[in-house]
Amino acid sequence: MTAETPGFWPPSGPEVVFLLLGVVVLGSALLVVTTRQLVHAALWLVVCFGALAGSYLVLTAEFVAWVQVLIYVGAVVVLLLFGIMLTRAPIGRSADLDSGNRWAAVLVALATAGVLVSVVVAGFGTAYAPLDPGQGAAKPLGSSIFKTWVLPFEALSVLLLAALIGAIVLSRTDIRGRE
Amino acid sequence: MISVVALIVLLPFAAAVAGLLGSRWPRGGSRTEENDRAAARRAAWFAIAPVTASSLLTLWLAVWSARALPRGSASYTGSEFWAGLLPGSTEGTLTVVDTGSVPISVTLRADGLSILIGVLVVVVALAVQVYSVGYMRDDPRYASYSAFISLFTSAMLLVVYAGDLIVLYAGWEIMGLCSYLLIGHWWEDRANSRAAVKAFLVTRLGDVGFLFGIFSLGMAAGSFRIDAVLSADIPRGTLITATMLLLAGVAGKSAQVPLQTWLPDAMAGPTPISALIHAATMVAAGIFIVARLYPAFLGAQPTLDVLGVVAAVGMLGAALAALAQNDLKRVLAYSTISQLAYMAGGLAAGSDKAAIFHLLTHGAFKALLFLGAGAVIHHVGSNLMSHMGGLRTSIPFTFAGMTIGFAALMGLPPASGFFSKDAVIAAIEHSHSPAQPFLYGAALLTVGVTGAYAMRAWLRTFFGPSRVEALPEPPPGTAHVFDGREAPRSMLWPIGVLAVPALLLGFAGVSEVDWGSALVSLIVALLGAGVVYTFWRGAPHQDPARMLGPFRTACERAFYVDEAYRAVFARPILRLAHGVVRADRQVVDGAVRGSGRLTMGLSGVVRLAQNGNAQLYVTGLLAGLLLITVAAVVLG
Amino acid sequence: MHIVYPVVVSALLFSIGVYGVLARRNAILVLMSVELMLNAVNLNLVAFDVWLRDRLHGGQVLTLFVIVIAAAEIGLGLAIVLAVYRNRRSIDVDRLRDLAEGGSPEVSQQSEASPDRAAVGEDADREARS
Repeated sequence: MTAETPGFWPPSGPEVVFLLLGVVVLGSALLVVTTRQLVHAALWLVVCFGALAGSYLVLTAEFVAWVQVLIYVGAVVVLLLFGIMLTRAPIGRSADLDSGNRWAAVLVALATAGVLVSVVVAGFGTAYAPLDPGQGAAKPLGSSIFKTWVLPFEALSVLLLAALIGAIVLSRTDIRGRE
Repeated sequence: MISVVALIVLLPFAAAVAGLLGSRWPRGGSRTEENDRAAARRAAWFAIAPVTASSLLTLWLAVWSARALPRGSASYTGSEFWAGLLPGSTEGTLTVVDTGSVPISVTLRADGLSILIGVLVVVVALAVQVYSVGYMRDDPRYASYSAFISLFTSAMLLVVYAGDLIVLYAGWEIMGLCSYLLIGHWWEDRANSRAAVKAFLVTRLGDVGFLFGIFSLGMAAGSFRIDAVLSADIPRGTLITATMLLLAGVAGKSAQVPLQTWLPDAMAGPTPISALIHAATMVAAGIFIVARLYPAFLGAQPTLDVLGVVAAVGMLGAALAALAQNDLKRVLAYSTISQLAYMAGGLAAGSDKAAIFHLLTHGAFKALLFLGAGAVIHHVGSNLMSHMGGLRTSIPFTFAGMTIGFAALMGLPPASGFFSKDAVIAAIEHSHSPAQPFLYGAALLTVGVTGAYAMRAWLRTFFGPSRVEALPEPPPGTAHVFDGREAPRSMLWPIGVLAVPALLLGFAGVSEVDWGSALVSLIVALLGAGVVYTFWRGAPHQDPARMLGPFRTACERAFYVDEAYRAVFARPILRLAHGVVRADRQVVDGAVRGSGRLTMGLSGVVRLAQNGNAQLYVTGLLAGLLLITVAAVVLG
Repeated sequence: MHIVYPVVVSALLFSIGVYGVLARRNAILVLMSVELMLNAVNLNLVAFDVWLRDRLHGGQVLTLFVIVIAAAEIGLGLAIVLAVYRNRRSIDVDRLRDLAEGGSPEVSQQSEASPDRAAVGEDADREARS
């Protein structure tokens, strides 16, 4: 909210980098939802998440960026690949990855995009934030988490435990519900 | 004194309740033969004892009334003929039902007229109850039968002693119900139940008019009490309308033209019922109503003229129909229509005295004839006169009783019919009604025809060669059992008792005989009888009805009135009903079912969206969310 | 940095995620699309945290929480997908029609095939154990 808000043109250096990363994010995301190969979708997801991590870096949220890389790229995508493998999905092109709902989905997605973009442009078209490195470093974030947000953090740990147990129960076939 | 009247009415009612509920209780319903017999015995007691008590009370009431001093100012009947005979009258109101407009007063009254008719009712009812014990000996439903007779007696007495038109109407309808129940007593035979339904519907047709007649009289007078109605100053137009409507009910109940067709069919019921309801009492109720409301009718001369025409047509037509019937009971039924028409003619001619006199004697001799016919039928095992003949030696007692009855019917002195019929004919002769010549001619002709058909029935039944055939064994439970002997004593006693008034009651009017017209009608009656006798002498095997020639079939079918009604009313109404049913099925039901089917179809279309595909659901959810967002932005 | 850039990118990414959820047949792909939507939200959170200069870092902390929850979700989601696969031999979401009213052709077809399916499930169990 500084007094001198620079114009959209020419874009500053971080903006250029962010826009390029944004193009990569959107492009790879589109490929995730349109590719005809399951495994490729997972791999494009890696690209997408990596580019997002870069975006976080540009936005000075460095800790979040590393967590993004660690958990999403490292854990979630690997988990998804395991899922693909366990469900014996065909490796290679498969023609029927899209359901018959596709055109309705296109319509709804375009409408969503239109509504959201018009809302955010109308709402934040002139908002400007000078980037200030060090804002999202591990130290301030860590102190914030363990001072202010410690209670939700603990609650989240319980949630994680519950999810862990739930996943085990769901996955194991020798545990059955009461007949 | 009014409590005695109430007791007279209520005793048979209590008998009906006891007979219906109590004859099998408490021994339960196991239908062994012994139980049945015990139940029948008890039902007979329930039936006879209260009617006997009612009869005694009625006689005592009559004696009381005869000895009472006239109270001219208190009673509207001061100028009527019965005031001289039975001057005492009493009236009592139980309660007044406030209806919001014209109140209904639950009132009983006893005066000369109602006591006269009341005596007739209880005597005939008692005779019939005693007679039925023998006649219905082996009938499994004797208990309900006798209870219905008790109920009928109670209702008829209510009509007779009613002091309020609505109370009278209640009794009137209960009588109709009992008539229906008793005609259909042997409902196993389809024809019997059809006859019962026919009687019910036809009389109901008249009762609609009757009810509206009561309403218009009550509205005009501001009260339903008979005293108030008769003393009220009702405009002539209203009076004519009301009495015309009443006449419809009278025609229905008393089987007058054009509603006479139910009575011959009603002979499907047990013979005692025919004697009690369809000859002596219920059918006389119509005549009684006219006499009861006679001042009102006198104020409406057009109604009396219509009544006269109806009577003239009815008496002659019914007598001719009686001449051609083969069924003994139907002969008597048509004869009843004809004799009731005589009474109606007497009323039309302005003499309620003659009409009531004839009503009383007719009640006696027609009940006698029917009971005698029942004995004959019991003896022969058939209703048809072609199966009878030469019975005077095998059942002499019945023969004697019926001879008296037929003599009274023909109007031969000294039987009662001679005096009463003479009174009616004299009244017709001296009346000044515009319908008088027509009525008088019809009456005289009818006297001749009456003589003819009475003679024919008498000869065909009791004389000539015996034509009794060995009939196949009838199913158990019907009374038509041929046993070749005289009927049991319980059936003979009533015949003997009724023969006395049938023979002697006429002398009550001996002082007023118009000997001139009596001589004329006697000669005409003998002429008719003589013609029949001549024909019969010529060929005792053959039916004297053949003298009618080509006209005979028409007479036998009662001039095709039934067929005409069927063609004019029944068939179009049935067709209309079929049309309505079809319309109901196809249009109304079709609309209902169609709307159901339409809804199901539409829901089927809508259900296509509910195909279990969660993706489609989410798509719809998001699309809806977007629409709501856009709408909130655009409209808000 | 104009905030509108990351916000628009996140909006578009979310829409792509929506498309993926609605259009993809394979349940794992649907899960991936859900991840895309979650990441769009994360981007949003980070961008607004930067813009508002929140001293408590609410936006970035919440991003971390979302990442954790997403990890839990993907774990559970995959477990469910595997369970479905064991029972149905298929993870095509548009062929799982048990939500439909009874009597629809798909369901009756499935119920006719139910003994087979049970046997298949047994097979899958045995394989999973081995």
